[in-house]
Amino acid sequence: MIKIEKRDLSSNNFAKGLYKLLSFLIGLAMSTVLLKLLSVDITQFFIELYQDSLGSKYAVSETLLKATPLIICSIGVSLAFKMKLWNIGSEGQLYMGALASTIVALYIETDSSFIMLSSMILASFLLGGLWSGFAAILKSKLNVNEIIVTLLMNYIAILLVDYLVYGPLKDPAGFNFPYTKQFPDVALLSTFFNTRLHYGVIIAVILLVIYYIIIEKSIWGYEIRVIGSNPNAAKYSGINIDINIFMVMFLSGGISALAGFSEVSGVIHRLQHSISPGYGYTAIIIAWLSNQNYLGILFSSIFMAILFIAGDTLQLNYQLPISLVNAFQGIILFMLLISDFFMNHKISIKWRKND
Amino acid sequence: MIEIIIDTTIRAGTPIFFATLGAILMEKSGIINLGIEGLMLIGALSGFFFTYSSGNPYIGFLMAAIVTSLVGTIHGVLTIYLRGNQIVSGLALTMFGTGVTALFGKNMVGETIIGLDRMPVIFLKSIPYLGVLFKQDIIVYFSIVLLILIHLFLHKTSVGLNLRTVGENPYAADNAGINVNMYRFITVFISSGIVGIGGAYLSVSYTPLWIENMTAGRGWIAVALVIFSSWDVRKALLGSYLFGGIAANQLRLQAIGTNISVQLLQMLPYIFTIIVLILSSFRGEKNSSSQPESLGLPYDREDRI
Repeated sequence: MIKIEKRDLSSNNFAKGLYKLLSFLIGLAMSTVLLKLLSVDITQFFIELYQDSLGSKYAVSETLLKATPLIICSIGVSLAFKMKLWNIGSEGQLYMGALASTIVALYIETDSSFIMLSSMILASFLLGGLWSGFAAILKSKLNVNEIIVTLLMNYIAILLVDYLVYGPLKDPAGFNFPYTKQFPDVALLSTFFNTRLHYGVIIAVILLVIYYIIIEKSIWGYEIRVIGSNPNAAKYSGINIDINIFMVMFLSGGISALAGFSEVSGVIHRLQHSISPGYGYTAIIIAWLSNQNYLGILFSSIFMAILFIAGDTLQLNYQLPISLVNAFQGIILFMLLISDFFMNHKISIKWRKND
Repeated sequence: MIEIIIDTTIRAGTPIFFATLGAILMEKSGIINLGIEGLMLIGALSGFFFTYSSGNPYIGFLMAAIVTSLVGTIHGVLTIYLRGNQIVSGLALTMFGTGVTALFGKNMVGETIIGLDRMPVIFLKSIPYLGVLFKQDIIVYFSIVLLILIHLFLHKTSVGLNLRTVGENPYAADNAGINVNMYRFITVFISSGIVGIGGAYLSVSYTPLWIENMTAGRGWIAVALVIFSSWDVRKALLGSYLFGGIAANQLRLQAIGTNISVQLLQMLPYIFTIIVLILSSFRGEKNSSSQPESLGLPYDREDRI
């Protein structure tokens, strides 16, 4: 008979990494088979993908450009995740961050780029934080499930932005397209040498360092982890759980909102309908995939960015739908979920009965 | 005019209603599924494809249910038997469904099929204003029958009681001799099929066309509607028609002269759902809350106390 026992590999990072890598490769192999079935020349495709994502300075800059919002959102989601809080609302918080930055950019008049950009950052951080903080208050005061509330608030945020770009904030000279006026120059993040890559990537790296310090090096980070793994122990040792739920969720939403700031200020230069192809949702995956480890977040985000680029390559060179990438993401995640089971359970087959 | 609005509301609400029914059933057994959007797309494409190739919409609906059930078992196996994270698995399912249907549906874009005939009920169809309720196609009638069946099943049969126990307290259910995993797995299988019918209604009857990513968020609305209706299939019907009606009648609402923007109208049900959540939490202790107690948690016998 087959016997399944739980086991704890959480201390064995090497084995865990190996399992993840292996299942990841299997997922990738399955995706390759799917491509092969579509009669895509695999070698040729990988050469093209390499050229488009890593092969030149411009290609690398495009990969990092797409990785930027992913890294920022993933940090936000991971922070909450460390406390076993599910912030499914990263996408909506991104939109709120973009909205706050836009209002500041369009209505505050200043010649100082520093004042402009820092007010945009502050505004988006606060609005995003309040947006998710609302879910935290409902969670701690009324025990309302945060997964559901943050999910619902995504729609509200996206519809709110749509309402504004189709209505009050619509550019009067925009031929009725759903976007706002272009931002003034002081509200734009500068770019690096003739690429589209902008200073948002620096913000992402700084946030990653802050995240590392908070989680790994600070007493507060320790408290967060204790609450996450054993809320009762945390309560008895005098940690105020309610305040921590609020602070962590506030920070989580505020950080995700900075991705919205970075996108509108660095890439799109205005607010418009549909500013994110689901960065906030992909961030949930990255947070889970990386085990909320800072290096894991970095590499998973870059990998997901390369997948997004693979979609562009498949669309441009092979006339395949761009959402094929979603199928690859799905397949790889399925494999990782399977590997999780083998990681956390010991399976032994015994031939004798009644043993 | 009123007749047209009611008719549009029903036809736009029906796909969402099927999806919500499936989602409620799954959640009643303790499985949360964020893959509804992906499953609806699978249903929409397979429904359209089999209607197109057989020329018979009923075969289309049947195959949509079967194919979607099979795809839904991925979520079942991963979360029930392999105890995987339900949130991650659901998101993965949505991604998978979006990608796979975009790929395999490429050749179906622009093709046309003959959708479902309407089946007016004699006498009832001539009731003023409300007669339109009885001039629908068979799938709409089926959705109402399904509503009644699921409601009776959950609240009047012992198997339904077992299912609810599995969702509330799988450990107690196991002690009482109920096969928790089997209950959950069969529920996920059947419910996925119901979601698939919703998707197929969209592509075979409502439009009838296949367009990439044609569900356009209806699956996510269904996930929200489960909470809106506090896991009650009767309220789910109301919610589905409300959501579907607002979205489908927005142009008409504006034509009548309402000055409120479409987006703000669409926002209302979500805001209302959050208010419902807050109010129901005021009502009191755990027992009165309608959310299945073990929703989202994997069941592992070893954890039994």
